[in-house]
Amino acid sequence: MEKAAIVGVGQTKYERRKSGEIYYDLVYEVTTRAMEDAGYTLDDIGDVITVSNDFWDGRTISCMAVQEAAGAHDKNVSTVEGDGTLGALYGLMRVLGGSGTTLIVAHSKGSEGDPRVITNAMFDPVYHRSLGLDAVSSSALQASAYMSRYGVTEEQCALVSVKNHGNAKNNPFAQLPMDITVADVMKSRKIADPLKRLDCSPVSDGAAAIIIADEKHARKARKKPVWIKGAAHCADAYFLGDRNLAEAASLREAAKKAYAMAGIGNPAKEIDVAELYDAFGFMELMWLEGLGFCDPGGGAGMTESGKTAMGGPIPVNPSGGVLSAHAVLAAGLARIAEAVLQVRGEAGPRQVDGARTSLAHGINGPCGQSHCVWILGKD
Amino acid sequence: MARRVAIVGTGQTHHKSHRLDVNGREMIHEAVTRALEDCELTISDVDAVVIGNMDHFESINCVDTWSVEGSGGVMKPILKVSTGGTTGTSVAIAAYYHVASGLFDRVLAIGWEKNSESDTTGAIITCSDPIWDRFSYSGAIPSLATEASAYMEQFGATQRDAARVAVRDRTHALNNPYAQMYNRPISIEDVMESAMLAYPIKLLDVCPRSDGACAVVFAAEEIAGKISPRPAWFKSCAARHTTTWFGDVDYDTGLLSLQRAAREAFDKAGIRNPADDLDVAELYLPYSYAGLKWIEALGFCGPGEGPRFIWDGNTDMGGRIPMNPSGGVISTNCIGATALLRVAEAALQVMGKGGKRQVPGVKTALATGFGGCWWSDVVVLSKDRPS
Repeated sequence: MEKAAIVGVGQTKYERRKSGEIYYDLVYEVTTRAMEDAGYTLDDIGDVITVSNDFWDGRTISCMAVQEAAGAHDKNVSTVEGDGTLGALYGLMRVLGGSGTTLIVAHSKGSEGDPRVITNAMFDPVYHRSLGLDAVSSSALQASAYMSRYGVTEEQCALVSVKNHGNAKNNPFAQLPMDITVADVMKSRKIADPLKRLDCSPVSDGAAAIIIADEKHARKARKKPVWIKGAAHCADAYFLGDRNLAEAASLREAAKKAYAMAGIGNPAKEIDVAELYDAFGFMELMWLEGLGFCDPGGGAGMTESGKTAMGGPIPVNPSGGVLSAHAVLAAGLARIAEAVLQVRGEAGPRQVDGARTSLAHGINGPCGQSHCVWILGKD
Repeated sequence: MARRVAIVGTGQTHHKSHRLDVNGREMIHEAVTRALEDCELTISDVDAVVIGNMDHFESINCVDTWSVEGSGGVMKPILKVSTGGTTGTSVAIAAYYHVASGLFDRVLAIGWEKNSESDTTGAIITCSDPIWDRFSYSGAIPSLATEASAYMEQFGATQRDAARVAVRDRTHALNNPYAQMYNRPISIEDVMESAMLAYPIKLLDVCPRSDGACAVVFAAEEIAGKISPRPAWFKSCAARHTTTWFGDVDYDTGLLSLQRAAREAFDKAGIRNPADDLDVAELYLPYSYAGLKWIEALGFCGPGEGPRFIWDGNTDMGGRIPMNPSGGVISTNCIGATALLRVAEAALQVMGKGGKRQVPGVKTALATGFGGCWWSDVVVLSKDRPS
């Protein structure tokens, strides 16, 4: 892959309900921030990729509403429907294909929709939708499969929520900074067995944007470029019953490719910090395994031993992760933005000392059917 | 620098108003199978899949992950691209960038729609802003009717002029067994006597709603020639999704997004005089009046000259610049596939695989997409490998 870098990032604060702003406002806010961060004006932006979803926006051709706000007027523009990491991947393709620079922006206002209805629509309309499957209930099935396969306990899964909500106290953009204990998670309201309220991410309002540039344009940016070392995606089968829900096969495949691009042989050693799509606590454990940070079934042990905590050898979700702020679609782009801040050394109180190589990860579809992995580096 | 990219295979379903015999995934599978057969590849040769449709037509969220059994995307990289009517060209352009970036060698682009499962207008209504635009410009037809009226007022164009475009496309569809309106020719009188939908647009002036899918295989320069003896090289592309509000569209001027996208794509492809430098055009003309006015935005003729250009037979088969040999959008409209069909049909022409609808000696072909809020995508394909 030719050289490309992330030169600008912008995020809103993530909140339960942004009643004062429509979603075009959020897109405008982060587009402006990302350009300021890069020291770019609109003239410096080549192509624009917006990320939206007609279900979450409650509109057909949902990208239509954000064209002006994203600065897309008279530019080559397109729209990815899916997680922000996938939008960023198309942005990277545009840069490698000659656009010079590409701005990628993702938004969602979960407060304006019904997440159960919206995520129920991911499931087969004939066979599965009427069962009431949605993001939470399907993930509960996955949690059960995973815990049963590897003997993982609810308490071990709860450790992820404790860690990430604690980390969120260092992130001014996070929605849910909290001091909680495993006992708090265990006694929180049951949502779908074995998931309890504090095992689950919220649904947030917010947006995120990044700017990718080729080597020539990256040199013109205000800050030091954060180089893209690898990026890859992969999707598993669709029907839950066709998949081994206890394993993240497509994540392993995406990670393998991204590591190969980045020349990473031992991810647990060579990656300094990771921002993962922890929509539920147990998912972070599964993704640790899928990414090869530990052996299958080793996620819980790795978390218990503090290896993924701040100060550990590979801190995971210093931002507080998706558990602490979950603007759907934008959440994956936020992972990339946070991974950029870490490599720059600009993450403030959530900075991992000496981070040179970071990993960002996003998911799409039910139970992490599709994964996207990004490796970023200082050099 | 970007790698050169070519189209090496295409496939499409036999489009119908209602495919009772297949579900969406099966319909996608038909198009994919035909595209792979066309270039003698198997699904294991495909490195990545790009797919597009419009969510609210079939009411399926995350179509990329839902469709893998039909698309062949299991354990492959998949991406969904969706931009309204332009979805098909947006998918094609995304597939081009997958390969041009150097990240993938063989990429499958898929557009599909099963309109029989949808309340199409009910869904389209929600594209416009709920406060400012929805009560005046709701659904697909009102803003088109505004444009048509303005064009007639400005240049004295008539309903018969527009009917001539509809008759042309439906006549061309006689040569395309895949078209929904295959073997259903119409006359100008038929158009004039059809039901008025919104003045001056009548039933036979507009596209139908179809069930159908289209798949196109893109390959990198190093392998394209090995896969296909005569690939259709992707010469240039451009997109302009210029406006956000229907109220901002200037209906008295030409189609701004198409003017701008065409200017960029033609510049890149070295096209100076479109009517002479292009050999065939597959245009996303969702209604007949677009066939008068939008060909002006593309530079085939001057402002107001569209009707004369059409009546003189320039755009018929055998004419100076045949338009829509496939029968166009007026003969088939499976929305998420519609613009990809334009690219696939343009590729067929370049590859010499047009069968009865082949225009002789095609070197350079144009495909366009239209949608959203008066948005345009432009793709130029060529027999010659780009320099």
